[in-house]
Amino acid sequence: MRSEAAIIPLRDPAALPRLGLTLLIVVLLWPGFTLAEFDLGVLFDPRNREIMGKFLGTFFPLELSADFLRLLLKSTLETLAIATAGMTIAMAVALPLSFMVTRSLSISRIGPGPGRWSGRAARVPPRFTLMFFRSIPEILWALLFVRAVGLGPAAGVLAIGITYGGMLGKVYSEIFESGDTRPAVALLETGSGRLAAFGYGMWPVALPEIVSYTVYRWECAVRASVIMGFVGAGGLGQQMELSMRMLSGGEVSTILLVFLLLVVLADTVSALLRKVTA
Amino acid sequence: MSISLHQITLVHANGTRALNGVNLDVGAGERVAVIGPSGAGKTTLLRLLATALRPTSGALNVLGGNPWRLDRGGLRRLRARIGMVHQAPPIPPRQRVVTAVLAGRLGRWPFWKGLSSLIYPVDIAGARAMLARMQIADKLFERCDRLSGGQLQRVGVARVLYQQPDLILTDEPVSAVDPALSDHVIGELNREAIARGVTLVASLHAVDLALHWFPRIVGVKAGEIAFDLPPVRITDDMLRDLYASESTVVPTQAGEPLSMPAPGIRRKPLCS
Repeated sequence: MRSEAAIIPLRDPAALPRLGLTLLIVVLLWPGFTLAEFDLGVLFDPRNREIMGKFLGTFFPLELSADFLRLLLKSTLETLAIATAGMTIAMAVALPLSFMVTRSLSISRIGPGPGRWSGRAARVPPRFTLMFFRSIPEILWALLFVRAVGLGPAAGVLAIGITYGGMLGKVYSEIFESGDTRPAVALLETGSGRLAAFGYGMWPVALPEIVSYTVYRWECAVRASVIMGFVGAGGLGQQMELSMRMLSGGEVSTILLVFLLLVVLADTVSALLRKVTA
Repeated sequence: MSISLHQITLVHANGTRALNGVNLDVGAGERVAVIGPSGAGKTTLLRLLATALRPTSGALNVLGGNPWRLDRGGLRRLRARIGMVHQAPPIPPRQRVVTAVLAGRLGRWPFWKGLSSLIYPVDIAGARAMLARMQIADKLFERCDRLSGGQLQRVGVARVLYQQPDLILTDEPVSAVDPALSDHVIGELNREAIARGVTLVASLHAVDLALHWFPRIVGVKAGEIAFDLPPVRITDDMLRDLYASESTVVPTQAGEPLSMPAPGIRRKPLCS
């Protein structure tokens, strides 16, 4: 015991790497602010303040006529439908791909055993697919699909399905890796297959995280559907684009209020689901 | 021969030499207890036998062959024949006990059977029978995070009993179980091994349990085998040497001094 204490130094061996990493992060982040022309002073310039004030002033009073509200309800439902259907497709894309790229589920990594290199190679194409899906912004996918399936919600659904499939897949696999992987690995070590080890050892560990992240992404999908509405993919976004073009700020602010309500709704659903799956 | 290790050395990825020139032969149906201080290499030895770790050098033979010469399918079939009771049971907290026990046979079930068992447990009776042997049959549909540490360890043992492996490995399977029940659990593992004629290798922290239940005791110290003897030939000096780095007393279940009157053998008092 005494000899061991003599060998172990009293300095924290992790301190130096940590300091280096912190400096590296600062050095990497600093050019970001300069390149983005970030300057808080511009925000408080009197002339700019006046223009902003005028723009915001048109937002009141809210537009609450029965006709507009009816129209709004229809677009809201359409937006919810786009976001929900899009997320369903996204999950259908993300689950199998994230299952394929999760390293902890690799049988050949134990030991390492036979087929290690082929296993490693097999994880590359699905990883690349996920990267490809999410590297192209949803607005571009939407523009593409508007040309393919015509104006309307279907294009938005497909665009969300693809982009969010890529994002969900990446984060799902990270959630699988960052949770306790011992249950799944222990099952692989007693000869269980990859799918069974996932179902019995990994899914129950990751479930609450998966649910809350998916609901959060659904919330993002609601917002994303707005932007895609600007290119003709239906829903609240299309409505917002019309209102903006007609310079009717009251309508825009009513729509923004609906967004706030949708986010509150998503938050409530997320909390509820977390309680159920905890 | 069920297990054969010849000059096995295992160096972990971080450079720690966990096993150093280990020689060990265990015949089919033999029951071996592995004892030694913490950090001696007991867990590494068991994980090596479970084909979870690959030896750095030396000749290894588990259940009729070198596992690392097998192809992927062969290695999986071999692993399905090896059951491991972990000290900290690797069971998701949200999983129900019945699912955790049935998971023992995933290596032998076709994948569709494993998946359908997630929807509705395919062998409730089988799982309950194994839990009954561990005296926790009433916890069948309980969630695992509602169990105490000792109860969870017994679920881990029930899973391996349900697996029905040809080689049972247990890594301090009763470290969180109270003494009276520990005796029952270790007894049940021994009865299982005897009844089915399979090999049992158990690392144990409590020396009295090892000496009481196992016909062969392997003492491990600093990655090497210190002694490999039947219990009657083990002296207090050997045990004290084995645990010298850890404490002045030999660890037992209840923390009481080891007292094992072995007829015909002179034993010195443990703490003189």
